[in-house]
Amino acid sequence: MNQDIRALSYAEALREAMAIAMEADERVFLMGEDIGVYGGAFQVTGDLIERFGADRVMDTPISELGGAGVAVGAALGGMRPIYEFQFSDFAMLAMEQIANQAAKMRFMLGGAVSVPVVMRFPAGSGTGAAAQHSQSIEAWFAHIPGLKVIQPATPHDVKGMLLAAVADPDPVMIFEHKLLYKMKGPVPAGHYTVPIGEAEIRCAGRDVTIVATSIMVHRSLAAAAELERENISAEVIDLRTIRPIDRQTVIESVKKTSRLICVYEGVKTMGIGAEISAMVVESEAFDFLDAPILRLGGAETPIPYNPDLERAAVPQTPAIVEAARRLVTAKA
Amino acid sequence: MAKAKTTKRPDAAGGNRPFIYNRYAPRQLREALAKMQRIRRFEECAEESYMRGHIHGTMHLSIGQEASAVGICMPLNAGDQLTSTHRGHGHCLAKGAEIARMFAEFFGREDGYCKGRGGSMHIADVANGNLGANGIVAGGLPIAVGAALAIKKLKKPNVVVCFFGDGANNEGAFHESLNMASIWKLPVVFVCENNGYGMSMSAARSTAVENVADRAAAYAMPGVIVDGNDLSAVAEASQIACDRARAGDGPTLIENKTYRWRGHSKSDRNRYRTKEEIEAWVAKDPIIRFQDEMKSQGIVDDAAIAEIRAAVEQEIEAGLEFAKASPPPRIEDLTRFVYTDPIP
Ligand SMILES: Cc1ncc(C[n+]2csc(CCOP(=O)(O)OP(=O)(O)O)c2C)c(N)n1
Ligand SMILES: [Mg+2]
Repeated sequence: MNQDIRALSYAEALREAMAIAMEADERVFLMGEDIGVYGGAFQVTGDLIERFGADRVMDTPISELGGAGVAVGAALGGMRPIYEFQFSDFAMLAMEQIANQAAKMRFMLGGAVSVPVVMRFPAGSGTGAAAQHSQSIEAWFAHIPGLKVIQPATPHDVKGMLLAAVADPDPVMIFEHKLLYKMKGPVPAGHYTVPIGEAEIRCAGRDVTIVATSIMVHRSLAAAAELERENISAEVIDLRTIRPIDRQTVIESVKKTSRLICVYEGVKTMGIGAEISAMVVESEAFDFLDAPILRLGGAETPIPYNPDLERAAVPQTPAIVEAARRLVTAKA
Repeated sequence: MAKAKTTKRPDAAGGNRPFIYNRYAPRQLREALAKMQRIRRFEECAEESYMRGHIHGTMHLSIGQEASAVGICMPLNAGDQLTSTHRGHGHCLAKGAEIARMFAEFFGREDGYCKGRGGSMHIADVANGNLGANGIVAGGLPIAVGAALAIKKLKKPNVVVCFFGDGANNEGAFHESLNMASIWKLPVVFVCENNGYGMSMSAARSTAVENVADRAAAYAMPGVIVDGNDLSAVAEASQIACDRARAGDGPTLIENKTYRWRGHSKSDRNRYRTKEEIEAWVAKDPIIRFQDEMKSQGIVDDAAIAEIRAAVEQEIEAGLEFAKASPPPRIEDLTRFVYTDPIP
């Protein structure tokens, strides 16, 4: 692996990954709305059209069902498309092609085909874009056998996981939190992959396990730093992939700390936290639990426009600190 | 139905006077001008508040498209409804909304039309028949058809105007909606505000036909191409379409050719169009055009125009004051309005 490490933003890391994938493989191309001269709604594709041309950085009309379906068809036909949704909320217009077609094609045809399509979804709240542009719907996708669903939280991971996704023979859905795009972090130059399906322990600890996804990894790390000052040692696990989930890393951690908090931005009910909790109580880690499992998720509401309500609608660092404190001091 | 038609400007009965001068009284025409001014100044001030960080999120300005919003709404009655788009401030004001409550919404306050929950992209005024802007391109089309179905079933004398952009005409919802409105002969007027671009993609690049109105033929309804910066032409096309809808003859597709002066939203660097193109359209300012026309018809003079402007400025100032003084929602009310009967 190339040892040259630079500080890149999440968006730059993604762009670099797509460029590397396109340079390495003629079959890789990009589709999406305003990804050409506009550079993408969040400037992720940026100048790629200048480097690869309009045939490989294809602007589509505003036609999500058709666009995503064409990407699925192109993948079936031997290409390696990367389809960008402008906002994850618009995936709902394309759900038919994603859930009924891409996810099931290989199975329905008895393994005769595979669908190596990658779809990218800018997700999450915090930008004041209100109820139809701020959702975290990744759990919907994680409910569908046939899809792989990832939520990289750092520039390093998003590059490596995008490259892993392009190489993957099955459909991979990447949920990218919009507030991460400008976040910088160390990114190695050249080609490398971060495997889909492996969680990462971001900070080791003894007293409580915090399993977090996407932006919540950063809020959980901030919470862990604060808890450290109170002599509470939190272990933060960045789940990275929500389908398939890395059960072993979570279960081993809970066996060590005996306490579990799940933190995610999607609506709390029927969400990722329910799955992680059930997974843990169904496992041998159940016997190690010293306290109830806590879930911190999005409030039971669409995302409001008013900025104070918007902040209150999803977990913030103080709530994570408070939850950990409560769990650790409740019972010994 | 064959190819889309362009409306004939001069009204046969009224000699060479454009349609609106025969149809409307001078007072109504001055009110139409005031509405266009109100939209322009409201958006300029909203933009300024946004730049200063007083309004958060995003916004889409319709500056340059005022004749489309106002002209289409001229034949509408109190009970008529409309569905709007992300670029919906003009539609809202044209249907009679108050500047003060719109600003309050943009500031995220309880007195806003959506109680601070929706913001610019969901601006609505349900009491006045505006069922709301929409964050989803083409999201309003089926809803307009459904509202028109309700009108038909309830035997009301009303129509629904459905605004959408050129970009929306490539969504499946557009095609499904036009077809259903046509087979059920529903009282809906589809209004495509073709401002040349859906974000960065020109209509020429995105759309297989030359005119969006050409697509009306596929759904057996009239398709009408209108100079969207000509208030009279827009109002005339709307009148004909509304009459047809009220008579039970079904929908019409109107295409107002216009242009947005500003970028798509805050993040736009205008790399997909030229400065010359923008300038050429700014020179076709629909407000100046209407003002000049009214002057030549002897309906207003410079003093009357200045008076209208001064009144609009006052309204804006008072509106901003009102919005700033309005209380924000309480955090305890985070899940209010999710359900009609709150779930414990
Ligand atoms: C389903 C969906 N796709 C994409 C978007 C992002 N988006 C918002 S407005 C817009 C352009 C719409 O163009 P047009 O319909 O011509 O309206 P205009 O902005 O020109 O008024 C796009 C792509 C969206 N809001 N909804
Ligand atoms: Mg447009």
